[in-house]
Amino acid sequence: MGRRPRVGVVTFPGSLDDRDALRAVRLLGGEGVPLWHAERDLRGVDAVILPGGFSYGDYLRTGAIARFAPVMEEVRRFAEAGGPVLGICNGFQILCEAGLLPGALARNASLRFVCRWVHVRVESTATPLTAELLPGEVLEVPVKHGEGRFLAGPEDLARIEGQGLVVFRYCGPGGELGDAWNPNGSAGHIAGVRNEAGNVVGLMPHPEHAVDPDLGPTGGQPLLASLLARALARV
Amino acid sequence: MRYRFEVVVSLKPGLLDPQGKAVEGALPALGWTDVSGVRVGKHVELTVEAPDEEAARARVEEVARRLLSNPVIEDHRILRAEEVPGPDAAEPGRGAA
Repeated sequence: MGRRPRVGVVTFPGSLDDRDALRAVRLLGGEGVPLWHAERDLRGVDAVILPGGFSYGDYLRTGAIARFAPVMEEVRRFAEAGGPVLGICNGFQILCEAGLLPGALARNASLRFVCRWVHVRVESTATPLTAELLPGEVLEVPVKHGEGRFLAGPEDLARIEGQGLVVFRYCGPGGELGDAWNPNGSAGHIAGVRNEAGNVVGLMPHPEHAVDPDLGPTGGQPLLASLLARALARV
Repeated sequence: MRYRFEVVVSLKPGLLDPQGKAVEGALPALGWTDVSGVRVGKHVELTVEAPDEEAARARVEEVARRLLSNPVIEDHRILRAEEVPGPDAAEPGRGAA
């Protein structure tokens, strides 16, 4: 292997998981590049991660203000040029608000903040995050959010399903679907989606918190490893 | 001219509103068994400078569609619009500091 993939992680005011994302990239052999919300510069990275947290205090709606940050113009340009973009939790919410991903994230049906380990099933491998996995593969990853209920209007939802834009669904340990495994009431148990081109992916669970065997399950490892491998392959 | 607007943003009909449900669930505990259909939304007030009310209204529509609401899951509605004094006059709520 030649050079290490460079993965940019954007810090917004209120981001929380930017450090974990940078560390996860490093653990998996990539170079983590910190990016700043107020700068119009992606520093020539091979992939961009929008991390979890509560950007701008979640004022108005989650991600509603962050989508107007100066760096997002560059992220949009990067995404439109086919660059791999991953939104995790708040990053997923930002990508939906920006219209780079379909759907929206609303208050959990339970009205409770959920913080626990869940299983997700890989539904689409047409993304850099899942290209090196198998459809149906089940991964254990944590969620921690109050507003993670994936929603879309009936026509949008039909389009998302019809075009195979669902990347992950919440499931049981054996991959089975059911309300018992759905932590937030998401439509169709959807945990993550992609854009039509496949280069933009968002999910509510946190792969970056699940890469170190000393700290628990490592369901995030194959995902971020795939992102790193594909980010480089694209260059 | 300056116009003061009130805008309400609400989840689209048919989408589960867990906040509304929680409020509704609290009603019987207080003896109100005759109240139902609770939906919780957001109320936003803002002032627009424009040549006339029509232009002001168009601006508010744009702001509501692009920022105040997420049209994927929310609707918005202008509740009230009224002409207010110019910036030289004291704004309501700002007190006499």
